[in-house]
Amino acid sequence: MNHPVRNASFKPPTRLEDYLVGTAFPSGHLVEINAAWRSERPAIDSERCTNCLICWLLCPDGVIRKTGDGRLEIDYDYCKGCGICARECRFDVIRMEKEGL
Amino acid sequence: MSSGSKTFISGNEAIAAGVRLVRPHVIAAYPITPQTTVIERLAEMVADGTLSAEYLHVESEHSALSACIGGSAVGARTFTASSSQGLLYMVECMHYASGGRFPVVMMNANRSVALPWNIYGDQRDSLSLLDSGWIQVYAEDAQESLDLVIQAYAVAEHPDVLTPVMVNLDGFVLTHTYELVNVPDQVDVDDFLPPFQTTNKMDPDRPMSLGFTAGPQHNQAFKQLQHLAMLSAERVIRETEERFGQLFGRNYPGLVDAFLCEDAEYVIVTLGSVAGTVRPVVERLRAMGERVGLLRIRYMRPFPEHEIRAALAGVKSVGVLEKDISFGYEGTVFTNVNSALTRTGAKAPRLLNFIGGLGGKDISVTDIEALFARLQASDEGETVTFV
Amino acid sequence: MVNSSKKRISIRELDEREFFYGHKACPGCGGSLAVRLALKVLGERSYAVVPAGCMSAVGFIFPQMGFACNAIISTFPGTASMLSGIAAGARALGFENVHAVGFAGDGGTADIGFQALSGAIDRHDKIIYICYDNEAYMNTGVQKSSLTPFGARTTTSPVGLRLRGAATGKKPMFEIVAAHGIDYAATASVGYPMDFIRKVEHASRVEGTSYIHVFAPCPTGWGHETSETIAVAKDAVDCGLLYLAEYVDSRFILNHDPGSFSSIREYLLKQGRFRHFSEEEIESVTVQRDAGWERIRREWKS
Repeated sequence: MNHPVRNASFKPPTRLEDYLVGTAFPSGHLVEINAAWRSERPAIDSERCTNCLICWLLCPDGVIRKTGDGRLEIDYDYCKGCGICARECRFDVIRMEKEGL
Repeated sequence: MSSGSKTFISGNEAIAAGVRLVRPHVIAAYPITPQTTVIERLAEMVADGTLSAEYLHVESEHSALSACIGGSAVGARTFTASSSQGLLYMVECMHYASGGRFPVVMMNANRSVALPWNIYGDQRDSLSLLDSGWIQVYAEDAQESLDLVIQAYAVAEHPDVLTPVMVNLDGFVLTHTYELVNVPDQVDVDDFLPPFQTTNKMDPDRPMSLGFTAGPQHNQAFKQLQHLAMLSAERVIRETEERFGQLFGRNYPGLVDAFLCEDAEYVIVTLGSVAGTVRPVVERLRAMGERVGLLRIRYMRPFPEHEIRAALAGVKSVGVLEKDISFGYEGTVFTNVNSALTRTGAKAPRLLNFIGGLGGKDISVTDIEALFARLQASDEGETVTFV
Repeated sequence: MVNSSKKRISIRELDEREFFYGHKACPGCGGSLAVRLALKVLGERSYAVVPAGCMSAVGFIFPQMGFACNAIISTFPGTASMLSGIAAGARALGFENVHAVGFAGDGGTADIGFQALSGAIDRHDKIIYICYDNEAYMNTGVQKSSLTPFGARTTTSPVGLRLRGAATGKKPMFEIVAAHGIDYAATASVGYPMDFIRKVEHASRVEGTSYIHVFAPCPTGWGHETSETIAVAKDAVDCGLLYLAEYVDSRFILNHDPGSFSSIREYLLKQGRFRHFSEEEIESVTVQRDAGWERIRREWKS
């Protein structure tokens, strides 16, 4: 995997013996998603996308990823709906849509 | 058993000799009187190639301990030294090191804290930091100082402990006076102290996030674990001293050093090198038939409450002689000793607190004799008096 | 642009792995983009040191660890000193091809972290120090730092009847670290991301201390749309309030001269923190910009 994946089965420690020693924990360990932060979500028009990768480059959260077959997809679990991708796309290929519709 | 080699060195030089033997990876320190000769000797060793450590000329004490924590966080063995103002400058990092469970070892040259300015020895610096989560031990002489450095790493790095250790030497009185010291052989120290291993570190093969935030749900658990680790240190200290005795032939008595306390009626409790002034007084008074004793507390954290209760059982009057004062109340050693003696509800001896030696004020044999006289008097005087 | 380094990384060559992911930064956070891109350049053998501030606050909330590489929070003043210790420890332990990289905010760099930074540069410790400059103490609620620009509204330099925003300008960090004779220093902006990436790559090869000052807008603290972060960061360069430069081999290099500048007024007034500016205040900022550019054009190689 090129990105951390949420540990859906994680149970927070409740007993002292369940804690690791020191304030140390594996890097890239995720338990929560950020989807609920959004009021809008980006949608990429794959037909018109030129794969210039500007949106991929500029996403502060790194949620736009290459599918491997020349397209881009968005990890909506961690997209915060900031709109930078839509704003910076040179080809007007990304649209911000209201969340929850 | 190790033979070692005898040299005539100061307390500070003994510390440096001990540090070389433990093979630290990183030394980061900032000069402050009366610690300076420790880091000067270490610099000479590095310059000569007899000590291959990364020696960082840091620009402040805060950076010194911060750098040591950084080194420890990648699995390196680290050392720093400070005193007084410098020690206080790094206090934020002291909590950081202990909370982060980084086994840094620091030598502290006990020195008074401004204001007024004073470069001489008292123990206000380290005693004001007993709550910082560091193991604290107080040396009486140069030999003990050297040996404590070696033992400190063994204790600090023990997986049940993983807690930083402060080795305290009285400023000038111990740091700068000379005595015959046996410096162990490197091969024996290597045998005694294995390389530093820990899982609490950043690792290229196993990426970890350290020094994180823990909110109300989890924070207390981390602190409780820290507390329990410090309590475990009591056992680890005794085991370490036992191993040390077998290999090097010098036996240390654990968290306290009791001298003629078994049948004593009057005991002075104290820390560090002033014990060397109290001991001959005890011997002289004993020769005159008086049942007196000396209890030198070596480790102030973890606090040896059991050993103190045991050593002072049956004692009529106890005088805690210390070189600090918690303004508006009493000396901190007294607070700790008093608590140990009264918390079980058993009848406690009469306890007096003698504050002396502040700013390097001399404590003489005559002064000690007067303290024993006070203990023996039946007056209900002030609990806290300045000597 | 005039580039000092020979190596170019194209977008397509950038590491596809995400080393800063799932963090809790605000939507549109310029700082988080800087961290994300820098770690793509430096890769998995990075030891990231992040002091108290936004990036640590959002990246290390047990048990959610936003950094996928090795990372540690340092004390607020201690970014550079912890970096020095890590570099020394790694060296002593024989680790090769590792990067000790710090991500400190403007407050953690120019104010409380200044002393340790100065010491690390003086020692030529092999570290990469990246200051993400969002021009105030953002994590604690937008208080003024020594990198808050003249006139900016912050919670400790509010706009009132007597005082109108920050009374002083930005401490010249790039020039200060250059004056130390640092091995490599650069200014950058998330508005010119490939230039920033090139500079991080250069820093990764410096046998000594590198400092990169990356301008990183904060929608929350600056009062602009979350989608405008990159545009604002580009605008700051285009209107000349920011210059893209390097200090390398003891020389200053101006990477980019916009020639004629875009509108300072537009740059300022589209941010809530400057919306109170009078014409006089805009003019004084413009005059200062012109004086600064007159000097750099004269003295720096381009």
